[in-house]
Amino acid sequence: MSSKTIIMFSGDLDKAMASLIIANGAAAMGDDVTMFFTFWGLNVLRKAKKIKVKKEFMENMFGFMMPRGADKLALSKMNFGGAGTAMMKSIMKKKNVNSLPELLDSAQAMGVRMIACTMSMDVMGIKQEELIEGIELAGVATYLGEADSANLNLFI
Amino acid sequence: MAEKHINARGLQCPGPIVELFKVAKAADSGDIITIEVTDCGFSKDINAWCKKTGNELVHIDEIDGIIHATIKKS
Repeated sequence: MSSKTIIMFSGDLDKAMASLIIANGAAAMGDDVTMFFTFWGLNVLRKAKKIKVKKEFMENMFGFMMPRGADKLALSKMNFGGAGTAMMKSIMKKKNVNSLPELLDSAQAMGVRMIACTMSMDVMGIKQEELIEGIELAGVATYLGEADSANLNLFI
Repeated sequence: MAEKHINARGLQCPGPIVELFKVAKAADSGDIITIEVTDCGFSKDINAWCKKTGNELVHIDEIDGIIHATIKKS
């Protein structure tokens, strides 16, 4: 058995889908998979619902300006104010491609370990209650510890 | 020895191998798993999956755009 690590840095829909497809695929090949969500990638893990937590003004602004969860992400290209993303989602649904929330559920069900970067959470004012269930909170050392024994590492 | 069947028609990558993995995990050594897939990438993927997971690809063919594979759990 080998292991894979993926750093999810981007908060773009297309990049997040690629990461999650690789993570699901690797888990299905019998590998241990660890995903480390940092910076914009944290938005992938946010709950769709607004959660009431105590925040400072700037943290509230960040929370308001960034996409709230996997279903709200936009394409990195051809977004066109959301029209491109809507078109892409519609065609993917028609072609029976799993949605990003479905890919997240499936990855978690297969035991993919998901870690949220605590420094990014602090900077962006994202609290644990605002993230989906089953997410570990840790720093770069935890990720590096996993990467040490992995034979594939991706920065997406 | 049990025989299990998976209908993975219409599933896109990585759906078929995810379903196959779940069934294979619950299966016993020597069990036969048959799977039907419409994603054409699967015919290459199943070779890589079997090689990696150590299971045996007993048979594979394609009829009218549907890939039928038979896998024996190691």
